[in-house]
Amino acid sequence: MSTLSPPRNGRAPSFRYDDRDLDRFRELQQLAYRCADRVADWLEPGVTERQAAARLRRELVAEGVEDFFHVPFAWFGDRTAFRHFRTPLQFFASGRVLRPGMSYVLDCAPVVDGYTADIGYAGKVGDNPIWDRIAVDLLEYRDLILREVRARKPLNEVYAAVDALIARHGYDNRHQVYPGRVIGHQVTRVTPRGPAGVNLFGFGVRTLQTLGRELISERLHGRSPLWADGRSSAHPPTPGLWAVEPHVGFRDVGLKFEELLVVTEDDAYWLDDDLPHVRRVHEGALR
Amino acid sequence: MSGLAERTGPVAVRRRTVVSAGVPLAVYEQGDAHRTTVLLVHGYPDTHRVWDDVADELARDHHVVRYDVRGAGASGRPQRRADYRLPLLAGDLFAVVDAVSPGEAVHVVAHDWGSIQSWEAVTEPGSGERIASYTSLSGPCLDHVALWIRHRLARPTPRHVGQLLTQAAHSWYITAFHLPALAPAAWRLGLADRWGGVLRRIEGVTPRPGHPQSTLADDAVRGITLYRANMLPRLARPRQRPTDVPVQLITLTKDHYVSPALSEGLERWAPRLWRRTVPATHWSALLEKGTTVARMVREFTGHLDGEPAAPGLDRAGRGEAEHRPFAGKLAVVTGAGSGIGRATALAFAERGADVAVCDLDLEAAERTVELARLLGANARAWRVDVSDGAAVDTFATEVAAGLGVPDIVVNNAGIGHSGTFLDTTEKEWKRVLDVNLWGVIHGCRAFGTLMRERGEGGHIVNLASAAAYLPSKVLAAYATSKAGVFMLSDCLRAELAPSGIGVSAICPGIVNTNITRTTTFSGLSDSEQDARRKRVSGLYAKRNYPPEKVAEQILRAVSGNKAVVPVTFEAKAARFVGRLSPGLLRLAARVNAG
Repeated sequence: MSTLSPPRNGRAPSFRYDDRDLDRFRELQQLAYRCADRVADWLEPGVTERQAAARLRRELVAEGVEDFFHVPFAWFGDRTAFRHFRTPLQFFASGRVLRPGMSYVLDCAPVVDGYTADIGYAGKVGDNPIWDRIAVDLLEYRDLILREVRARKPLNEVYAAVDALIARHGYDNRHQVYPGRVIGHQVTRVTPRGPAGVNLFGFGVRTLQTLGRELISERLHGRSPLWADGRSSAHPPTPGLWAVEPHVGFRDVGLKFEELLVVTEDDAYWLDDDLPHVRRVHEGALR
Repeated sequence: MSGLAERTGPVAVRRRTVVSAGVPLAVYEQGDAHRTTVLLVHGYPDTHRVWDDVADELARDHHVVRYDVRGAGASGRPQRRADYRLPLLAGDLFAVVDAVSPGEAVHVVAHDWGSIQSWEAVTEPGSGERIASYTSLSGPCLDHVALWIRHRLARPTPRHVGQLLTQAAHSWYITAFHLPALAPAAWRLGLADRWGGVLRRIEGVTPRPGHPQSTLADDAVRGITLYRANMLPRLARPRQRPTDVPVQLITLTKDHYVSPALSEGLERWAPRLWRRTVPATHWSALLEKGTTVARMVREFTGHLDGEPAAPGLDRAGRGEAEHRPFAGKLAVVTGAGSGIGRATALAFAERGADVAVCDLDLEAAERTVELARLLGANARAWRVDVSDGAAVDTFATEVAAGLGVPDIVVNNAGIGHSGTFLDTTEKEWKRVLDVNLWGVIHGCRAFGTLMRERGEGGHIVNLASAAAYLPSKVLAAYATSKAGVFMLSDCLRAELAPSGIGVSAICPGIVNTNITRTTTFSGLSDSEQDARRKRVSGLYAKRNYPPEKVAEQILRAVSGNKAVVPVTFEAKAARFVGRLSPGLLRLAARVNAG
C-alpha cells in the first residue's frame, strides 16, 4: 500500500533550464509585452474587448507566434476588476466598449518553439487617479513576492502575505477569481505534440497536455504546478519558471501584471526587469 | 406691538409703513441699518411675528427687516382676488427692499407662502440687483412645481409615481381651500381659537405671546385668497423661471405639507444652490429652532459677503445631491484603519460624504484617507485611542473646528477577546470594556453633544455584535462589552429622537477582518495565542464575509434610521433563535466556541 500513497514533499526537482533557454523565454516575454504595448498605443475609446483581443492575436502571429498557452484576453472597465463574474466564460473578451477614463487589461500567452510567455498588461485611457495609485502600489507586490520566494516560504504563505498587503492597501484580491484562485502557475517548455493553434476552453491543446501531465506528476510529489492559497500549495517554491500574476482591484478598477519568476534551487529572480509596469513607475511617468 | 416696543438694543423694533400698489404694508426693522440687510417674509396664516426668534438672533449683526404681507397682520387687506396674484406680492417685496435698503441688495429669507411669493421675486429677470441671496424654507416656486409634476406624469416610473402620491397626500388642504365656504367657516368657527393646540400637538410648537397672533382668524380667512388667486393659474400654465440669485434651500425633514422630493432637480432652475436640512416640522423650524435657521442664514450671508464658507455650508453647496445620497454630509468613523471601519469610511466617501477617520494606527488611517480622496471625498485622519475620553473630546473638537459638526458618527473601533469569565483577568476585563464599551460611550458623548447643539439632526452608528445577544462561555468580556453597546444604543436612540438624531446598533457576526488577528485569549501562552489566532483567522477567512457588505448595511441603517441591524446570516439566525427560545441559546453558550 505504501508504494501507492504519494511521497509528500518529495525532493524538489533540480532547475532544468540553461542560459540559452532563459534567453529564449526572456525574448518571448519581451515580444509579448512589445505586442501588448503596440495594441495599447492603438486602443482608443470605442474599441471593444473582442477587437482588442483579436488585434493582440494578430500582432503576436505577425511576430511568428505559432501557438497559445491560452487565447489572448482583453478586459475593459469594471471587467478589469472581474466585478460580477459568475462563470469562467466571462473571462473571454466581450463586446464591452472602451470609454474615456476606463482601465483595461491585456493578457496573452504566446508559445514559440515550445517556449511559453504569459503576460498581463494593465493600462488606462484618459484620466483615472485610482489606476495611477494602484499602478504605483503594484510594484510592492512584485518586491514582496520575490522576497518571500527567496526566503523559500511555502507558496500558500506567500499568497497569504500578498493578501495581507492587499488588505493593508485597502484593495481586494482579484486573482482569487481565476480558476483555482491562483496567483500563479508553473511554466515549462511545451512538448510539441498535437495540433498547434487548436484550443479547448481557451487553452491550447498542447498546453492542456503538458499541464495535465504536470498536474499529475507534481501532485504525486505533494506539489502543485498551480499556486493558490490552499493546502496543495503548502510547499516551498518548486525550482523552475513561474508565471506570477497578482491582480488587485479597488472599486471598478483592476490592475495586474504577469511575468516569469525564475526559481532555482537556492535563489529566485524575475526573469526580466525591463518591463512596462516596472519602467513606468521607476520613470515616474504614468501613462 | 406693545411687547416689542419696550425692547431696546439690537432687538428693539422700529415700525414704518411702505405703500405698494396702493396697499399699506407694515414694516418692522431691527439692528443697525448700516449692516447687511436681511428681509424675512412670513407665510400663511402667520404674521411677521413668526420670525421673532430668527430676527432677534440675526439682529446682533444684521439689519433685519420683516413685514406683514398684504392681507395679514397690520398691513392692508385688499378685497379682490386679483389683488393677491403673485406679481403684486413680488411687487410688495421689491417695494419694501427699495424703502429699507435703497441701492443695496438684500438677503431674502422666506417661509411657506412667503417663500412662494419670494420665488416669484427671485425668478424675476434682473432680480439679482436687489436680491443678493435667497434662503427658502417650505415654499417652492409654483412654476417649478407645475413642471415637476408634468415631468413625473410624463415619465411615470414607480419612483416618480411614489413622489407624486406622497406630495398629493401632503397637499390635501389646498383642495379644501378651493371649496366654497368650507375653509373660511372652519377658521371662523373654532379652528383659529384652537390653532395653538393644533400647533402644539401636530407641529411640536409651544404657543407664545404673539403667536398665534390675535388677528389669526381674519388673516387666515383673507389668506385663503392666496391659494385661490395663484394655485390653479400657475399649475395650469407654468412658465420657465430660472434664477442666477444664490439660493439656500432649507429642507425640513418633518414637514407635513412640503415633501423633500419636491426640490428634486431644483439645480436646473437655481444653479447656484446650497441644500441644507433641519429636522423640524413646518413651524417648529422657526418657532423652536430659530437659532439653527438664523445660524444657517448668517453663514450664507457671511459667505456671500466674502467670508470663507463654514464647512457645513461648503458641503451643502456642492450640488451633487441628485446623484450621491450622502453628498454634503460629514461622516466620522473610528477604527477606520482597517476592516469594517475602513470599508464604511470608503462607502460614505463613494456616496458623496466627506470623512473624518481615526485609528490607533495613524498610517493605516492615512491610507484610508488617501483612498477616500481617490473616491472624491474630502478626508482627514487622526490618531485616537477611543478608550481615552479626553482624547476623544479633543478629536471631536478638532473635527468640528476643521470640517464642521458631523452628520454621521460611526463608533466602530473595537477589539476581540476570548476567554471564560473566571479565566479573564481584571486587566483583560478593563481593556475590553475600555475600548469596546467606553470607546463607544466617549464617541457618543463627545459627538452627540455637538450634534444636538447644532440642531441639524444626524445619525450615530454603534458597532455592537451578534455576541450582544448570543451568550457564549468563552466570550464573557467581549459579549458583555457588546451587550453594553447594544443597550446603550437603544437608550440613546430614545434620548436623541426629539433632536432628529437616529441611533443604530449593528451586529455583524463573523466578518473577515483584522479583528481576529489581534484578538487576545485568556489563559493561553503567547505561542498558544498565536496558534489560536491563526486558527480563528482561518475560520473567519473561510466564512469570507467581506467588511464591504457590513458597510452597505451601515449606510442602509443610516438612510432608513434602523434601530438594530444584524448583518450576516448567523447574526440574524441567532437573533431569531434568541427570541424563539432563549433557553436554546443558553444551552449553546456552554459549547467551547473559542
